[in-house]
Amino acid sequence: MSDLQRPAADWELQFMIAGCAERGMPVEVVGSGSKRAVGRPVESAVTITTISLKGITLYEPSELVMTARAGTPLQLIEAELAAHGQMLAFEPIDIGPTTGGPQGSQTIGAVFAANLSGARRIQCGAARDHLLGLKGVNGRAEMFQAGGRVMKNVTGYDVARGLAGSWGTLAVLTEVTFKVVPWPETAATIVYLGLPDNMAVELLCTAMAQPVEVSGAVHLQAPVAGRLGHAGLKAMGKSVTALRLENFASAVAGRKQRLKEALKVYGKALELDHRETLEFWGELRRLAVMPYRQTLLWRISTKPTTAPKLVAAIKRYMPAEAFYDWAGGLVWLEVPATADAGTAEIRRAAAIHGGHATLIRAEPSVRASVEVFQPLSPPVERLTRELKTAFDPSGILNPGRMYANV
Amino acid sequence: MPLSMLPEPDRGVLARSGAIIKELEQLIGPEAVISEEEGRRTFEADALTAYRCIPLAVVLPRTTEEVAKVLRYCHENGLKVVPRGAGTSLSGGALPAEDAIVVGISRMNRILDIDYVNRTISVETGITNMAVSEAVAAEGFFYAPDPSSQLACTLGGNLAMNSGGAHCLKYGVTTNNVLGLRIVLMDGEIVEIGGPHLDAEGYDLMALIVGSEGQFGIITEATLRLLAKADGARPILLGFDSSEAAGQCVAAIIASGIIPVAIEFMDKPAIKVAEAYAKAGYPLDVEALLIVEVEGWEEEITRLLADIVEIARTFRPKVVEASTSPEHSERIWKGRKAAFGAIGRISDYYCMDGTIPLSRLAEVLGQIAQICADHGLKVANVFHAGDGNLHPLILYDANNEDEARRAELAGAEILKLCVSVGGCLTGEHGVGIEKRDLMGVQFSAADLKVQMRIKSVFDPQWLLNPGKVFPLDAGEATDVADAAA
Repeated sequence: MSDLQRPAADWELQFMIAGCAERGMPVEVVGSGSKRAVGRPVESAVTITTISLKGITLYEPSELVMTARAGTPLQLIEAELAAHGQMLAFEPIDIGPTTGGPQGSQTIGAVFAANLSGARRIQCGAARDHLLGLKGVNGRAEMFQAGGRVMKNVTGYDVARGLAGSWGTLAVLTEVTFKVVPWPETAATIVYLGLPDNMAVELLCTAMAQPVEVSGAVHLQAPVAGRLGHAGLKAMGKSVTALRLENFASAVAGRKQRLKEALKVYGKALELDHRETLEFWGELRRLAVMPYRQTLLWRISTKPTTAPKLVAAIKRYMPAEAFYDWAGGLVWLEVPATADAGTAEIRRAAAIHGGHATLIRAEPSVRASVEVFQPLSPPVERLTRELKTAFDPSGILNPGRMYANV
Repeated sequence: MPLSMLPEPDRGVLARSGAIIKELEQLIGPEAVISEEEGRRTFEADALTAYRCIPLAVVLPRTTEEVAKVLRYCHENGLKVVPRGAGTSLSGGALPAEDAIVVGISRMNRILDIDYVNRTISVETGITNMAVSEAVAAEGFFYAPDPSSQLACTLGGNLAMNSGGAHCLKYGVTTNNVLGLRIVLMDGEIVEIGGPHLDAEGYDLMALIVGSEGQFGIITEATLRLLAKADGARPILLGFDSSEAAGQCVAAIIASGIIPVAIEFMDKPAIKVAEAYAKAGYPLDVEALLIVEVEGWEEEITRLLADIVEIARTFRPKVVEASTSPEHSERIWKGRKAAFGAIGRISDYYCMDGTIPLSRLAEVLGQIAQICADHGLKVANVFHAGDGNLHPLILYDANNEDEARRAELAGAEILKLCVSVGGCLTGEHGVGIEKRDLMGVQFSAADLKVQMRIKSVFDPQWLLNPGKVFPLDAGEATDVADAAA
């Protein structure tokens, strides 16, 4: 265990990073540490956690904006938002439990540092799309801010959004400002059972093309659906294809009819009411259908219609179970544990069909020896390395977490 | 214009201009190079016409490979490059320099692929914004960002400036609607970023490139997200006794959970001019007018408009007029859409673009009026209220040097005011040359350094779109150069 430091103020963090930068001492950057098992293992003598940088510093419900210190627990933020009838539209997923970490402990800074979005991403954008501004300290121990607190802002480069998904390798975030939205009045889910992958994705894409604002479009293969909490769906032994509608009550009712009409060739739809809808999508948000165990979990991003082909191609080499989100554009794929994590086959399939793959869950020894994040094309790799140098010239922040030289 | 706005031109480059033009002609053919003074003069300004400068040459490549050839040549010869779409920038983003080559993308305007099932379209970036939506309209889709110059402006310009538009309250701006890019870097390297899938791998380079004002490279192709078009849309007109009441009404609508497609605001001076010109039937006895548009199908629209009227009642509107027919909708929008032009007919104006937190709207509008009065100038306000993006139009006489100077001073004070209440200098027009020297108002030296080092990663010699975005002296005291090593 490396030396754990918990700065409680920006200047304290700056001071610590300055010390590490001077000695060229690598620092593991974490929030609560719930995602520590994701990425390549970081070798460091020092761990800096942001959990003492805590609290909501600005919340204007009528402007749909909140600012919070980076170490503020997401749960606290969502509770405060819910008290005002609001939420984070991008529905951040919790990858803690599926990777052996704690559930519900992630910080708001980490949500943006890892750009984690859930099912509603298909309708309203990713975490990065809701990030308006941030403050942080880079590897040069410079305190800086980027973006702001207003919705529309093109003043200078979009550095805040550029830092989303950089996994603490460019800067340690100390504060984030983000857009929030009101909870919809009600929500409903329609479910189709027993569809094969390709037909399910076709259904999801057809639904997305209707002007009904589908806010969740998923397909769970039968074994994955068998792990659902919903007793009825779990017991069917069939694949589950589900669509979510959210709006005021009469609009949801009208849209539901219209959607079912457009999808009637796929058979009869089941319906989940408001409470069941919250439970169903809540489970998916925690990746409860992909529980932690000694298998590998891949996250594959591709074109929706490509996804079933890509999964079929991988299945020719290894057993695999899939949970399709984002109308098929995101695949959570569970495969048996092997020394090389099936990297060669999975990445080859992604290269042939188009898309990219990230190894989310594997033993540390595996994550240390294979490319966890999608390998980059040579020019993008060069830009990535140079950006790293621009922010963190001595390479002390989460070195190697994403890529060996970054 | 004050020529001091641009860096001193390189005399050596100017002396070699003949040879440079010849070499460019050899590179991509004489028909793709404009060297005659009259031809070059066409490109001397963008929509911020107060600033003009005739470039050394203009090239109009037809392919990404030709763009790469030109950039590689300019890189090897230390020549500055100013990328250009349709030249509709309101911030001088496409203003040429005397010693620069303008690279226009207007000939690269093909649609490469439309994938309705996966809801994406791939285009060359010289295509106009409007042409993208038109190409997919028959199938019930649209491309969301809709800047008011959408008939003319190119996707390339939209990407460079991260353009918004009236619909962005609901659908986001350019950066939220792009999936992939093909960009040519200054050294001629062609780089693919993202693709038809969501969330590109690695760092979010797309976020950095979109809105980089043509300073990172020239984007030649893009893959965009298509959305299903709503069944219909209808506006409602709300007139208030004070800007304050109108501002509070906007905040209350947003807070209620309704996300209208657009909420547009006009103050009394703007209403008067727009009405005189467009005969939209606007009330002339109100201080502020809101146009709120919602979409969906008929029952949904009816319900939403009823909800909005209910919310508005709290703020005692003098006028409540919901559209009852497509002709009625058109008439309500006619005045708003014609407002800038109508004001332009009675006076020259300087259009500002600051954004503020909505809660400060009434107070800021009052102070804007005061600032302009202090400078002996009139102001009209027409803007996107839903997201706090103000467009005060400072009225002045361009032939009166003193007035023009006062307008510029008042503009700078207004933008400083926007920043001081928690807003920003520019919501959708970009920094360009216009707001470059105000960057220090919003950002510290450290913040600017962080941005400038990113510029050095993409363009180590700072040849692309020079003299824009950052104050000219910002780089001197910094270590930005070392980032490129």
